[in-house]
Amino acid sequence: MNRDAPLVLGIETSCDETGIGIVRGTELLANAIASSMDEHARYGGVVPEVAARAHLEALGPTIRAALDEASVDLADLDAVAVTNGPGLAGALMVGVGAAKALALSLETPVYAVNHLVGHVGADLIGDRPLETPSVALLVSGGHTSLLLVRDLDSDVELLGETIDDAAGEAFDKVARLLGLPYPGGPEIDRAAVGGDPDAIRFPRGLTRPKDLERHRYDFSFSGLKTAVARWVEQREAAGEPVPLADVAASFREAVVDVLVSKAIAACTDLGVPRLLLGGGVVANRRLREVAEARADAAGIALRIPPLSLCTDNGAMIAALGARLIMAGHEPSSLEFGADSTLPVTDIQS
Amino acid sequence: MLLAIDTSTGTSVAVVDLDGGILAETGTNDTMRHAELIGDRIRDAMARAGVRPSDLSGVAAGMGPGPFTGLRVGIAAARAFALGIGRPVVPVVSHDAIAHAWYASGGAGPLQVVTDARRRESAVSDYDGLDADGLPVRLAAPRLEPRDAVPESRGIRLDADTVSAGSLGLVAELAHASGRLPVADDEALYLRAPDVTPSAGKRVLR
Ligand SMILES: [Zn+2]
Repeated sequence: MNRDAPLVLGIETSCDETGIGIVRGTELLANAIASSMDEHARYGGVVPEVAARAHLEALGPTIRAALDEASVDLADLDAVAVTNGPGLAGALMVGVGAAKALALSLETPVYAVNHLVGHVGADLIGDRPLETPSVALLVSGGHTSLLLVRDLDSDVELLGETIDDAAGEAFDKVARLLGLPYPGGPEIDRAAVGGDPDAIRFPRGLTRPKDLERHRYDFSFSGLKTAVARWVEQREAAGEPVPLADVAASFREAVVDVLVSKAIAACTDLGVPRLLLGGGVVANRRLREVAEARADAAGIALRIPPLSLCTDNGAMIAALGARLIMAGHEPSSLEFGADSTLPVTDIQS
Repeated sequence: MLLAIDTSTGTSVAVVDLDGGILAETGTNDTMRHAELIGDRIRDAMARAGVRPSDLSGVAAGMGPGPFTGLRVGIAAARAFALGIGRPVVPVVSHDAIAHAWYASGGAGPLQVVTDARRRESAVSDYDGLDADGLPVRLAAPRLEPRDAVPESRGIRLDADTVSAGSLGLVAELAHASGRLPVADDEALYLRAPDVTPSAGKRVLR
């Protein structure tokens, strides 16, 4: 096996995106994605069985699309990498079954890798690789996690995570209660145009002194969602109009404020002057703006991979697989399963 | 020569050949852990048959019916393996393998195949012997029936909790030899619409 710049195909099926990526070492060759998001839209959230069925149908065509994009043959691959958790169990299993069989058919090794660490691995792609130690804030519809990455292939620690809803989920739920469609992130963004982010002071979860003792780096968004619902109800009960732009902007500000504050606090507390953002919520421009301003003020180097590598994708999984190979790690044994609650410390299974 | 994979009940993998029959078969009737087992079973079946991927001319896939989560693992594996060797997938109704095995071992007359479909339902198919090509004569597509009220059939009722990938592969080989492919649609036989309760996503709880 080529351990200097291995050609790796990555398979990602942990949620509603079927992602197939191909890298050669740290060079991105393909990032093909099929999403079942439209099928979930009418339910207002990801339906696990719908997602798993879509993965099964999308895998073959998406693998072919990635091979075309990369102009490589399957026979050229040095290894197959696959997400084996965390994520939706039934969805993960489709990718795991396919990855093992593909690797066996090609007589190549397989690397089972952690989805969250994969999000950090997205930043390996390109000429200016991730520096460590770094704090990473991963925010999507499925997860909200703050990590300390001392070494990407051997030492990743979970600093905190959401104790209820994921940030992206909070956007979806608040969008729904404001009568906006799914997915909520872009809809809230659109509604917030021209709104005053300081119009309404919505609560910042787990930021009171007592909470900070036990949950310094954890997040909570369910109280915020309830606060928005109550505020809107009270307005409606009083027969007053609901200022949609102000509500959307103020809600978004509360989410962004708490995400960025805790991430910056982690960098400062731990003396780590580097912060990486990942996950689909990075598409939110306000989050990027606030993160840039506060990181700058605190002397922290902020890294944000291109959006196509922030949302769930196979390229980040391939990149992490390639990194493990380059660092000399042995392949995964064939017995690994899908683990919906795989801890972030299990970088490779 | 075909690799055959069925995960509609347990995890079963075989290497079959029209002339040599079932060259190797490995499996378990464990109705869980398909994702964990599938790789090992493929590797073992090929090692026991002494074949390499390039020796195979295709992959037979058991399309169900069966509990969805496990079923998909085998179909995904069959499709990916076929892609890897650049050979076709041959979809086969899993109940056909059960019926073929029963007739091939001396059974005769009408046969009702019944497997577990979870949620107090059974998946049911009716057969009437083997045809001139050696393929089981399926009278109707698999369907769901209440577990406690599966309609009586004319012949013998066979409650099966395993599907032999070897038999599945033989059905594929016979269909190929007699020019009758495809014998099944290349779609999982779910027989049931998905549940539509949105999940909380992949939040990780400590
Ligand atoms: Zn993700």
